[in-house]
Amino acid sequence: MDVKAGLFYVFAALLLFAAFRVVTARNPVHAALYLVWAFFQAAMIWLLLRAEFLAMALVLVYVGAVMVLFLFVVMMLDINFDSIRQGFWRHFPLAGVIGVVIALEMSAVLFAGFRMAEPKAMQTVVQSAGGQASNTRDLGILLYTEYVYPVQIAAVILLVAIIAAIALTLRERKDSKHIGVDAQVRVRAKDRLRVVKIGVTQAAKPMPAAADGDASAEGEKKS
Amino acid sequence: MTLTLGHFLSLGAILFALSVIGIFLNRKNLIILLMAIELMLLAVNMNFVAFSYYLGDMRGQIFVFFILTVAAAESAIGLAILVQLFRNKSNINVDELNSLKG
Repeated sequence: MDVKAGLFYVFAALLLFAAFRVVTARNPVHAALYLVWAFFQAAMIWLLLRAEFLAMALVLVYVGAVMVLFLFVVMMLDINFDSIRQGFWRHFPLAGVIGVVIALEMSAVLFAGFRMAEPKAMQTVVQSAGGQASNTRDLGILLYTEYVYPVQIAAVILLVAIIAAIALTLRERKDSKHIGVDAQVRVRAKDRLRVVKIGVTQAAKPMPAAADGDASAEGEKKS
Repeated sequence: MTLTLGHFLSLGAILFALSVIGIFLNRKNLIILLMAIELMLLAVNMNFVAFSYYLGDMRGQIFVFFILTVAAAESAIGLAILVQLFRNKSNINVDELNSLKG
């Protein structure tokens, strides 16, 4: 048993423990933190498999972005978890039996069918200088030549996700005073401005005998 | 006992089975359901990376790249739907989400 196998067993045991705690944790914040741990252990196992770029991407994208999003949502929602946990263990015997059967059967088949111990040499598109194989370089070359169309589709999917997430959670505040942009754009000059013909000079009216207040009101109307 | 491809595939299988158990147990809590789905995708990615290493083909890792992209989009939209659901119904109990029932 070499060092690599030992590391694999340690990482795998920690990964499975973390995954088990994710699905059984009482507090969702704890579940999210255990999920961070599980992703980190998976990244370590991918490093054993020489997938350096994907391991780093898993840590950055999942631990850095997706799990922080989960933690935000978990902490933002005020949920009574005790009522949700009622009858939690009621289905555990059936679930455990089904899970163990799935795992045992798949392990039996996989161990019997995939005894490949020595990995084949990685076929790279371009042989890099000095015989140094670079996982990131190979991945990038393949992504931007043969898979450039799927990369663009993935970009569109991410754009759709951005717009959908914003559109779903956007709500208008009732108490905010804002300008109606559509009404502003639709307005014409004749709706706002009325040109009135007024003579340059006006004949003076005979001064009425009433109080001065009427005269001043009349003067305002004319001007 | 050296590591074989079967070891990594079995790890993926056990991880997948654990997520299935998680979906059974957390039928009411939508957040934990989303987390169990993320674990399932991780198990699938583990298989892809293991095959990519042992078969010497880079295309398995390309596939994992795209799965990561789609999973990130999925969890973002799922959490947005979850927040909207909580605003409208004040809980996220799956049993009470039966407004569409005819």
